[in-house]
Amino acid sequence: MNENNNIIELINVRKEFDDETVAVDNFNLEVKKGEFVTFLGPSGCGKTTTLRMIAGFELPTSGEILLNGEDISKLPPNRRPVNTVFQKYALFPHMNVYDNIAFGLRLKRIETTYKDKNGNEKVKKVKLSGADIDKKVKKALEIVDLEGFEKRSVATLSGGQQQRIAIARAIVNQPEILLLDEPLGALDLKMRKEMQIELKNMHKKLGITFIYVTHDQEEALTMSDKIVVINDGEIQQIGTPTEIYNEPINTFVADFIGESNIFNGTVVGKLKVKFCGATFDCLDDFEINDMVDVVVRPEDIKICAPAEGQLKGKVISTVFKGVHYEITVEVGKFEIVIQSTSCAEVGAVIGMRVEPDGIHLMRKVYTVNKYVGVITKNNTVEFGDGEFECDVTTLYPGSTLDEEGYLITAGGEKLDLTDTEVEVEVDTHDIEMSDDKSAGGVVGNIISMIYKGDHYRYIVRTDENEEDYVLSCPDLWNTGDLVSLIIPKEKIKLKLKVAEENK
Amino acid sequence: MKKFRLRFSRSQLCLPYAVFLALFVIAPLLVIVYYAFTNGQGKFTFNNFTSFFTNTNTIGTLLYSLFLSITTTIICLIIAYPTAYILARSGFKKQYVLLMLFIMPMWINFTLRITALKEVLSVLEGNISKYPFLNSVIGMTYDFLPFMILPLYTSFLKLDKNLLEAASDLGANKFTVFLQVTLPLSVPGIVSGITMVLLPSMTNYVVLDMLYNKTYIMGSLIGSYFSAYDWHNGSMISLVLLVIIFIVTLVTNRFSDKDDNSRRTLL
Repeated sequence: MNENNNIIELINVRKEFDDETVAVDNFNLEVKKGEFVTFLGPSGCGKTTTLRMIAGFELPTSGEILLNGEDISKLPPNRRPVNTVFQKYALFPHMNVYDNIAFGLRLKRIETTYKDKNGNEKVKKVKLSGADIDKKVKKALEIVDLEGFEKRSVATLSGGQQQRIAIARAIVNQPEILLLDEPLGALDLKMRKEMQIELKNMHKKLGITFIYVTHDQEEALTMSDKIVVINDGEIQQIGTPTEIYNEPINTFVADFIGESNIFNGTVVGKLKVKFCGATFDCLDDFEINDMVDVVVRPEDIKICAPAEGQLKGKVISTVFKGVHYEITVEVGKFEIVIQSTSCAEVGAVIGMRVEPDGIHLMRKVYTVNKYVGVITKNNTVEFGDGEFECDVTTLYPGSTLDEEGYLITAGGEKLDLTDTEVEVEVDTHDIEMSDDKSAGGVVGNIISMIYKGDHYRYIVRTDENEEDYVLSCPDLWNTGDLVSLIIPKEKIKLKLKVAEENK
Repeated sequence: MKKFRLRFSRSQLCLPYAVFLALFVIAPLLVIVYYAFTNGQGKFTFNNFTSFFTNTNTIGTLLYSLFLSITTTIICLIIAYPTAYILARSGFKKQYVLLMLFIMPMWINFTLRITALKEVLSVLEGNISKYPFLNSVIGMTYDFLPFMILPLYTSFLKLDKNLLEAASDLGANKFTVFLQVTLPLSVPGIVSGITMVLLPSMTNYVVLDMLYNKTYIMGSLIGSYFSAYDWHNGSMISLVLLVIIFIVTLVTNRFSDKDDNSRRTLL
């Protein structure tokens, strides 16, 4: 039954909330027994929702959750051999430490066989004895290093102690999987570092599978056997910490995990890529002329004499960070961040080299915005979530517009294009942002921004139908900013929908 | 022109309230205490005190009042607890409207409400004076229900959903979750609801009057002494009632306090 050694498997799990927002989609994951798996992603990415589905607090809209090969996705939380450590501890305030930890044990029934009067073997479920519970609680308190705290009231404990009690309360039940929902989020930095190590040790000692949720990439890298990077409800990448760090699969992962320089590049030859105005050897094989995102970690850029470098630039800032210096260099219009143990003076011209294994290429996810739109009256087109002015004459070569706004084709035919479906394409650098809400055709919030050396790449999402617009812009905005989007009408490329033409 | 500016210290700002307290709370209390322990000649006496506990009439009224108010409180609690729970816990978006439906009767004048109730009861029972106790309990419950619902509603709203999830995560089924987490954590709400209903319903004789219940409760008993110009015995009854209320409040305060010491005494 459990031939593949997977303790838990999520198959095509999707969660849609009542208000029709999709929290998790197309989620496929296998976790092996005894693994320490971390769900990593920004807040609101769906990682906690996924954890809650494994715990049983949320039911998936579709998909299966298999525990040891059996579907448990419909079971209530109390019938799953899974325990949770909550972010805000969720200790029972009306019970002392002992009662909190013993809560699960007291509800446990253990199957025991006994002989009835007629000598037949029977199975009955019995409670744990008081002495057994005592022993287990004591052991759990030992594991979390809080011996002798049994009689203490929960409210008298510090945050760190409460967290330990919460962990003890969960592990005392010997769950098959321990779920931890940002358990260290409320602790201060030093405490957090300590607990990270302790949790890791606990994981080794107990041999229980841990599924850990965090938005802290450093925490994920420190503790996990396997990291699942999640964004927007979908898995971006699954891998070991080293794989995730060294071989990020897309710019989101690269940007989220660690520091990165991300550039637009073009493949110019076999294992050759051009970015920042220079050509580099690389290890990723792409087709010639492919547009790619290039990720270079700051520590993979080596400083050298200006003449020996593949790139040459002027140092514009140097910050001492303890172990290394963070040096920002201006190369033409690009900005490059370097981490180096050697210092470089501001204003100095330095050369930079990047070895092939320091260059990571990824296929560009967004090169152009594509929508299906509808022509509305007066030469405007509705697409995404907004209405923009456009030039419909581009749809029919040689056509003109008459005074009333009707289209006259080259053959002199008069056409009413209202309600015609069209394919709309807008280049990422043809969309402008404005904080004047009425200036553009659509208003949305910036949900993501990634620095690309000489410009930022933004994704603006509308509130209404959650349509995304991808754009490049050299100016700095903030995530969450409400902006309106301006698209000049000559930049909106229209094409009649194929289906429409066939009619 | 020099600007005139009033400057008050904090204690000065308290003055109107202090005067009010002295005039309308402390002075009357002292007067009550004085009358309770004096006789018609103004001499100090314990007679009023002893007669309270020897007079079967007063003791009977006290017991009747207690029985009536305890019955009312229990019925209010039985109705209010699930109502408040459903109101606070359900994901129902219009829960505020529902809550208003329960609270709104409080906006209508209370004699008007009881008069309306009287009409309903006389239709149902024919002769309304047949069930004086039952009618009084119904009237009181109708009157005091919102005061039971509100504190319970608040305590359910405050209940951390994580705790319920934690309990079910640890293996508790819905019933156990309720018994071991929801119920103990709603005790402060229960206690303050009881205080809000139990004490006023011991003295609210208007409901009884309007529903033709001729039996005295504490409020009407005091009234009857005062209207017969027996200030001394009337004051003693008021004083005894005051002490009872004081004791009840003292006991319930131990439970309703949010701090943890009170919780420990409870368990």
